[in-house]
Amino acid sequence: MVFTSHEIEQIAARIPDGAKIALPPDYSGCAMAVIRALIRRGAKNLHIVGVPSVGLQGDMLIGAGCVATLETAAVTMGELGIAPRFINAAKQGSIKLLDGTCPAIHAGLQAAEKGIPYMPLRGILGSDLLEHRDDWKRGENPFGEDDPLVLIPAIKPDVALFHVAKADRKGNAWIGVRRELMLMAHAAKQTFITAEEIVEEDLLADEIVAAGTIPGLYVTAVAEAKQGAWPVGLGGRYAPDAAHIAQYYEQARSDDGFQRYLADHVYAPKAAE
Amino acid sequence: MSDCKPEELLIAAIADMLTGLRHVAVGNSSPIPGAAALLTRARSKGELRVSLLGSRKHTAFTDGGKELFDCAAEGRIDAFFLGGGQIDGEANINLVGIGEYPQTKVRFPGSFGSAYLYYLIPRVILFREEHTDRVLVPKVDFISAPGTSPANVYRPGGPHALVTGRCIFDFDKQAKRFTLRSVHPGHSVQEIRENTGFDFDMPASVPETPTPDAETLALIRGRIGEEIAETYPAFAARVFAAA
Repeated sequence: MVFTSHEIEQIAARIPDGAKIALPPDYSGCAMAVIRALIRRGAKNLHIVGVPSVGLQGDMLIGAGCVATLETAAVTMGELGIAPRFINAAKQGSIKLLDGTCPAIHAGLQAAEKGIPYMPLRGILGSDLLEHRDDWKRGENPFGEDDPLVLIPAIKPDVALFHVAKADRKGNAWIGVRRELMLMAHAAKQTFITAEEIVEEDLLADEIVAAGTIPGLYVTAVAEAKQGAWPVGLGGRYAPDAAHIAQYYEQARSDDGFQRYLADHVYAPKAAE
Repeated sequence: MSDCKPEELLIAAIADMLTGLRHVAVGNSSPIPGAAALLTRARSKGELRVSLLGSRKHTAFTDGGKELFDCAAEGRIDAFFLGGGQIDGEANINLVGIGEYPQTKVRFPGSFGSAYLYYLIPRVILFREEHTDRVLVPKVDFISAPGTSPANVYRPGGPHALVTGRCIFDFDKQAKRFTLRSVHPGHSVQEIRENTGFDFDMPASVPETPTPDAETLALIRGRIGEEIAETYPAFAARVFAAA
């Protein structure tokens, strides 16, 4: 099976409206080119799962009206401050918020990768998060005595979407130490990946490389995308485009400014991937 | 030591709280705690491990986003830092928003790992530079993570101290109250009372937070400034550029 012939727009077309889509934080490899394509195709009613938080890509999708539900431990834009379109949507009540905490999102994905219905977790008891999460339950340690726990249901995303440094023609994708991407691929029904480069060698052939590689077994499709994580950057390859992100942050603080940003950097022909 | 910047005072004060520990982790968006942990590491002659989230050079995690939490759950992390859009007198922290959830009138980024790490890491240092009655409130609007828990809740961890731009408080888990430990140079007890929304205890005489000595300042401005710049370039440029 050839995985690597997909173009960016084709991947965006295969992520359906209403999909539960797992996305990594800005520092972990974001498929920004596909995010822009999703906005261009007018994706609707997405349920974002931040693993465990989201940054620019979450803010852009929210601002562009692509999101119905946001399940995340946080939305953050690093040193710049809090994400402007997210803040606006939260104040307007225009998206459903499923506020969580990082280890609960990891635990839900771990339950999914194991094919079990839930994962018990320490902490959380006494937090108002629990009061607002109808899908989380209080439980007891069946092996202990008066030892309350929180039970987190499996999180099974329809789609995991992220960007990596390299993939091969069999769909194997090298992630290095970014193991949350492995967890996402294990848990999701379909995994779409963009890669900085598609290499001819088999990434599973060398044990050292294979240790940091998602096997193609878990991968639905890969598309090559040079600078595919721009502007948030890709660890080990290129730094975030701080000036561009600062410009986004300024523009996205107003509705008009955000629309101008989309016109210039998402819809404009010169920006077409 | 009149040329000591407020950030440098805070870095040195927090670093002193980490002396003798084995492993300190620092979350995202935490340049001052991060610099403090790196300072303690530099003085520990290699005894202290630091895991600085967001850094490639100063973290040893290889198992993805979950590793920090698994590590904490196993008791392998001695100290961590949390902040809050609101912090109240019982050390409850709010990282979600002000007003009625979910449509809060002010929205913060979210709870991150607080609803877990606050329970599991023995020495959690609350850090928030802004010390106003807007931040330090009688009661938080939303509890991301509570300061204390009932006896049957597994909780080896919790609040150790609260460090602000004006002072340092210690936290007493039994009394569920903060006690003023020291006031930073240039600030007063009266000013702290006026800008703190919750009631707190204090000794008859409140000491001044010590300013870092020349050797510590040189270390902060040299090696620590370089190390923290990898993760927090804007912070390093602002605080250390002219140093």
